[in-house]
Amino acid sequence: MDIFLQQIINGLVQGSIYALVALGYTMVYGIMGLINFAHGEVVMIGTLVSITVTSTLAAAGVPLGLAGLGGLIAAMLVCMALGWSLERIAYRPLRGSPRLTPLITAIGMSIVLQNLAMIIWGRNYLTFPPLLPKVNFEFAGAHFTLVQVAIVLLSAAMMGGLVFLVYRTKLGMAMRATAQNPAVASLLGVNTNRVIAAAFVVGSALAAVAGVMVGSYYEIAHYQMGFMLGLKAFTAAVLGGIGNLAGAMAGGVLLGIIEALGAGYIGDFTGGFLGSHYQDIFAFVVLIIVLMFKPSGLFGEKTGDRA
Amino acid sequence: MQAKLSVVALSVVAAFALSACGEKEAPPAPVAAPVVPAAKPEIVVKLGHVAPMTGPQAHLGKDNESAAILAIEELNSQALEIGGAKVKFELLAEDDQADPKQGTIVAQKLVDAKVNGVVGHLNSGTTIPASKLYFDAGLPQVSPSATNPKYTQQGFTTAFRVMANDVQQGKVLGEFAAKQGVKTVAIVDDRTAYGQGLADEFRKSAEANGIKVVADEYTNDKATDFKAILTKIKSKKADLVFFGGMDAQGGPLAKQMKELGLKAKFLGGDGVCTPEFMKLGGPATEGQFCSLPGVPLEQLAKGPEFKSKFTAKFGYEIQLYAPNVYDAVMVIADSMKRANSVEPAKYLPEIGKTNMEGVSGKIEFDEFGDLKGGAISIYKYQGGTLAYVETLGGSPVAEAVAEVKDAAQAVAGAATAVGADAVKSGAEAVKTGAEAVKGAADTVKAAVEKK
Repeated sequence: MDIFLQQIINGLVQGSIYALVALGYTMVYGIMGLINFAHGEVVMIGTLVSITVTSTLAAAGVPLGLAGLGGLIAAMLVCMALGWSLERIAYRPLRGSPRLTPLITAIGMSIVLQNLAMIIWGRNYLTFPPLLPKVNFEFAGAHFTLVQVAIVLLSAAMMGGLVFLVYRTKLGMAMRATAQNPAVASLLGVNTNRVIAAAFVVGSALAAVAGVMVGSYYEIAHYQMGFMLGLKAFTAAVLGGIGNLAGAMAGGVLLGIIEALGAGYIGDFTGGFLGSHYQDIFAFVVLIIVLMFKPSGLFGEKTGDRA
Repeated sequence: MQAKLSVVALSVVAAFALSACGEKEAPPAPVAAPVVPAAKPEIVVKLGHVAPMTGPQAHLGKDNESAAILAIEELNSQALEIGGAKVKFELLAEDDQADPKQGTIVAQKLVDAKVNGVVGHLNSGTTIPASKLYFDAGLPQVSPSATNPKYTQQGFTTAFRVMANDVQQGKVLGEFAAKQGVKTVAIVDDRTAYGQGLADEFRKSAEANGIKVVADEYTNDKATDFKAILTKIKSKKADLVFFGGMDAQGGPLAKQMKELGLKAKFLGGDGVCTPEFMKLGGPATEGQFCSLPGVPLEQLAKGPEFKSKFTAKFGYEIQLYAPNVYDAVMVIADSMKRANSVEPAKYLPEIGKTNMEGVSGKIEFDEFGDLKGGAISIYKYQGGTLAYVETLGGSPVAEAVAEVKDAAQAVAGAATAVGADAVKSGAEAVKTGAEAVKGAADTVKAAVEKK
């Protein structure tokens, strides 16, 4: 039982990170119907920026907690600027073109960002300074750390903030209006360009937070870390129903837990025929099964009320 | 507002671009064109080098490529003449991303570019599929670090490696684990040709030494999260976690073992025997063990010199395979010299006859193209450095020779005291000693062949 609980904890932490990244995909998709494949790279840039800023500040004698906060803020600012520039450079000029075109520029931007990061931060792995003290909790035989608790709580807070933004503010109303019908929204005085840019900026800020989390969780960072994370988060968004905020969150957490349980139990269930190398496949098989029965994802693509 | 914002964005982009220029690793200094005084013809020898320059193992690939650059520069500074012509070596460096598919693509590229020989690839997973292309093109291939035994067992006469293979390494690691009192082991591999091959050889050896394998778990060479498989391993209560894979996964794996409260020890092969592993694993790596083919650089005649040369030129420490890459280039150049030709078909037979003292140790090949008598050294992670523990396996020739040397010195010392006659008999004694060593080496050889 303690093993089962441990696997759930493992999955929950991993899933919270997926969920936070998935929100970035789903927001952009909800408003524009575009899959921003460079989003994983924004997470990566966030991690690397925060490493640089945190270690520079820490080296200058700033206490580690404060330095970490500085790193987080710097990462958010850089990622927001990056998200805004991405939209401006790669997607806005292609607005109105066939759906495939912005998808290709998205992949192109992802490659550009990876290589840019490789040039700036080098090919080696970077170690992330431990922001939180290494406290190990034990509960019913399962171990978890302070960082893990912080990740789950911070993710929940960020998601709550986003829901508030979308459903309780003027900008959120404009976002929902643009998602429903951009032409009508702009006729009614919504500056759709700014709304779309705002969606990118907000999504990128979430990505930066996720980046700092991933960095402080694994304590390593690398210029290629964003790709697989982005792919998994995209899967999570699809699993929950892309374009749907609640779906992205649930999809993320669910994917994390499915993966952990898959790796932990698939070997026992199949009598050793399938091993833990089927961890990823297991997650994707679940995705396929869900899509077969509910093509729009678990929570459905709320087309009338996307964003 | 819009215009202002775009200015900001542009400046951000510009800042990125600028810092990119500023921090880019210094490109290798261009090799000064040799001043050719007279009408000596000059031939250009192109050597291919392949390693992952992008992706999770890019830091190791960079290490390899730097060593190749160093070797090429040294060769060019020697102003070699082969077949009556001045020879200028050129490096054609390719990136295989540690991906088997990409490995064959760049191999074909090198074949089409008509290189004279290939140094590489870094990974077994890329080396094995590429070796067929090189064999079909008749191109000699010397891999510095592909340790999967299959590489040289495909019947390709063009395939060589300058490192002991995983049969030797797995065996030594299994024996070492048994010696440490390990009773149960969980084996994790990264499903690459290297990781899987090493894990399989370790499993055989561990079982032969009475260790029970309680869990077989797998990951991949891009993973960062191992908590799920480690949680499972925890439930199986293993004394030891053996990892077949590279440092980029091994480090976080060791760290996550500690976070999950696993009491098991960690053991790995050459892929995790790097400074990077300790950096990534942090305090969790302290006191754990790993193995490297060969003997430590410090114990070798040319090792320390190479180490300081490398660090002086590139400004960073050797990661892992740099000495072997350097030797691989030198093996090819040496064979060309002996064949007095740079034609692959002509110098290929000479590679098999190689007998040179490289920076990584003595290099001689058996009939498969494997390194003869490859020793394996065990290291301990201690205070952020790799502390040498012991050298196991391989032929005892090196040790025996050292003993004979000591004996000779003692004899010589005694001889000066006693007189000329004594020297003579002393010398004879040394001779007998040397013959005995030779005999021992032959026995080892026979034993290895039997296996």
